[in-house]
Amino acid sequence: MEDTARTTGGGLRGRYLMRVQALIGLIGFAAVLELTPRLGLVSPRYLPPLSTIVVALANEVQQANFWAALAFTMRSWAIGLTISVLAGASLGILIGSSTVLQAVTRSTIEFLRPIPSVALIPIAILLFGTTLQSNLVLIIYASFWQVLVQVLSGVQDVDPVARETAQSYRLGHWALIRYVIWPTTLPYLMTGIRLAASVALILAITAELTIGTPGLGKELSLAQSGGAVAVMYAYLIVMGLIGVLVNVAARGLEHSIMPWHPSLRSEQSA
Amino acid sequence: MNAKTSGSTRAAAMLDVAGLHKVYTGAGRTIEAIRDVTFTVGAGALVCIVGPSGAGKTTLLKCIAGLLPSSGGKVILDRAPVAGPPSSMAVVFQEYGRSLFPWMTVRQNIELPLKQKRLPAARREQLVGDALVAVDLAEAHGAYPWQLSGGMQQRVAIARAVAYEPQVLLMDEPFAAVDAQTRADLEDLIRRLWQRLRVTVLFVTHDIEEAVYLGERVLILSHAPTVIMEDVAIDLPDARSQLETRSLPRFSELRKHVYAQIQLAKQGWRPPGESA
Amino acid sequence: MSGGKIRAVARNAGLALGLPVALLALWWIASAGSANFYFPPLQTIAQMFVEVWVSPRIFDDVLPSLGRLAAGYFGAVALGLIIGIPIGLSRTLRNVLEPVLEFLRAIPPPALVPILILLAGIGDTMKTLVIISGCIWPVLLNTVEGVRGRDEVLEDVVRSYRIRGLARLWHFIIPSASPQMFTGMRQALAIGIILMVISEMFAASNGLGFAIIQFERSFAVAEMWTGIIMLGLIGILLSQIFRLVERRMLAWYHGLRQSQRPGG
Repeated sequence: MEDTARTTGGGLRGRYLMRVQALIGLIGFAAVLELTPRLGLVSPRYLPPLSTIVVALANEVQQANFWAALAFTMRSWAIGLTISVLAGASLGILIGSSTVLQAVTRSTIEFLRPIPSVALIPIAILLFGTTLQSNLVLIIYASFWQVLVQVLSGVQDVDPVARETAQSYRLGHWALIRYVIWPTTLPYLMTGIRLAASVALILAITAELTIGTPGLGKELSLAQSGGAVAVMYAYLIVMGLIGVLVNVAARGLEHSIMPWHPSLRSEQSA
Repeated sequence: MNAKTSGSTRAAAMLDVAGLHKVYTGAGRTIEAIRDVTFTVGAGALVCIVGPSGAGKTTLLKCIAGLLPSSGGKVILDRAPVAGPPSSMAVVFQEYGRSLFPWMTVRQNIELPLKQKRLPAARREQLVGDALVAVDLAEAHGAYPWQLSGGMQQRVAIARAVAYEPQVLLMDEPFAAVDAQTRADLEDLIRRLWQRLRVTVLFVTHDIEEAVYLGERVLILSHAPTVIMEDVAIDLPDARSQLETRSLPRFSELRKHVYAQIQLAKQGWRPPGESA
Repeated sequence: MSGGKIRAVARNAGLALGLPVALLALWWIASAGSANFYFPPLQTIAQMFVEVWVSPRIFDDVLPSLGRLAAGYFGAVALGLIIGIPIGLSRTLRNVLEPVLEFLRAIPPPALVPILILLAGIGDTMKTLVIISGCIWPVLLNTVEGVRGRDEVLEDVVRSYRIRGLARLWHFIIPSASPQMFTGMRQALAIGIILMVISEMFAASNGLGFAIIQFERSFAVAEMWTGIIMLGLIGILLSQIFRLVERRMLAWYHGLRQSQRPGG
């Protein structure tokens, strides 16, 4: 029976029901993963049963190279994300504070944005080899756009009346940014950070997979060359879990900074 | 100045609401929105419903329209009980901006329910054309709703309801969000359409003057848990005009009476003999 | 055209082209006498571009890549819509599936390539599956949101006029969700291009990504740059095409939003 867009029936009982349903979903998924290979629907050589994968994961977690790899990945992620956010936010606000700059840079941004980050992989390999900098090239390039685009959207959302008022009071450039632009832009920046956080993680792992820098992606490649299929899946699960953690943390940050804002915002249609 | 009269006789009833009861449960509380609403509407009548805010007017209308399930009582439309939205009823909502499909032109908006009724193309075209003329929007047929003013959009919604050829037309505070001048025009439009098409109209409003101006009867609702406070017969002349009718002394008396009742309702009036 | 209008067009063109042209000129000049192995002069790259790409390579590499992209992209869009609509309509389905979907979508699609190679070999099927595995998420999730956010008043209208089943889907649910669906499809396009290239970097015998990696491995740096530029151009071209299509199909939506802006 379909429901309407309205949420009816809330409260304690509703939340309890939601949790039960979520649990059913997870258990069902686990069951599918367990039974599909056992029943021979897919060959267990290519998809080991979930229990086998979990055992492999438990083994991996007890080894030092797992934690080293995790640290490498998170380090690239953190550094890349921080740089992207700082660069994207500053550039975005700078451009946004001046209508001239906005007009002049618009076409360049539209041209550069769709260029895929993977285009930089060969250059990164040549320039930096299998080092942290290679990762950062990819991560920063991809995440920077996420932040920049969101901040520019935020800047465009600034109330023109407020902007004109500030200008008529002859507030300096800096004051304009601080009192008019920044407050409106902040929620958009939060969204940008959330998007950039997950993009940065994906690119970190991608870099490790394609370039071979140390990290979770590299461990996955190693497992692949060693034919350790269950270990491969174990790493997939780890990546998924970290990804979920990053998303949840980012959303938590968004909510804590702006609990009043309807910040469950998804990207607007152009 | 006894303004109490009962409605039409049961024999000619188009709409028969008996003991309507609506309770909301949620978040560990139960809210009784409607306790006991009983009234009948004869075929071709124009009945207005007023009440204080919190009287559950929209809830009542939605229950009658089959959009909300009731918790008790019956709604009978032309001798058939209403379980879901019946096919011979059309509703005009208050939020005109949200009740038209923005991806369709005016013409397509009006035509869609007719397609659902499986009417042949020629008949549909005729109905759409007539409805547009009736609401005075013939030139706007190719426009999109968001290109029109609020009053025009509501007229499109009315045209859509009229083209549908319903037996009963339900209107849920349709002119509340429209400016005063447009509202006056739309009120007259409704009276004209009603007289021409002989459709039964149930008109919910919070505007007392509008209710008295439009209706043959005015049902006054109490505050929640809602019951009918009074069923007022509007004995104004049939030919009504904004200027003249509203300056009649009888209009003023009726208005004052309804207003006084609503004040009572706001203060928590309950029917005598009601148990807690 | 009046003088004022000509000036306006010229001004717009100037604004649009000004910075890009200036940046290109800067690149050209700065790299002109370059002896840096990794950054050859832009002039060299430009000449190499014609040599490399205005050739059968278009058919041998670019077309197969685009073909795989199309197969994966449209496959993902179809799946995303077909799966997303029922999930958007049913609160129960959403509650049950949400944690699983959150988890699956957090797995980086390139990480699935080794697994997919196991399951599907190293041919076109694998590459198409890789593209689908990444593109489906933005489409699916945005479709769910779009369907879920349909207007309640309009829903009442649809119910009161007894518009049900397929008619309801076609005239109400899908158009209502379409702006959000297009957002998902736009994100999916960017992801698709990336995965198209990555899948070829892993295992391929032709394709744009394959060509670029070949150049890189054989240290044919200038050729490699031309490949990168070609990739960028394709990205830009596809995104412009998408915009054109979206503007046409969502003309009503842009009109609606325009009318809702204060003062206009």
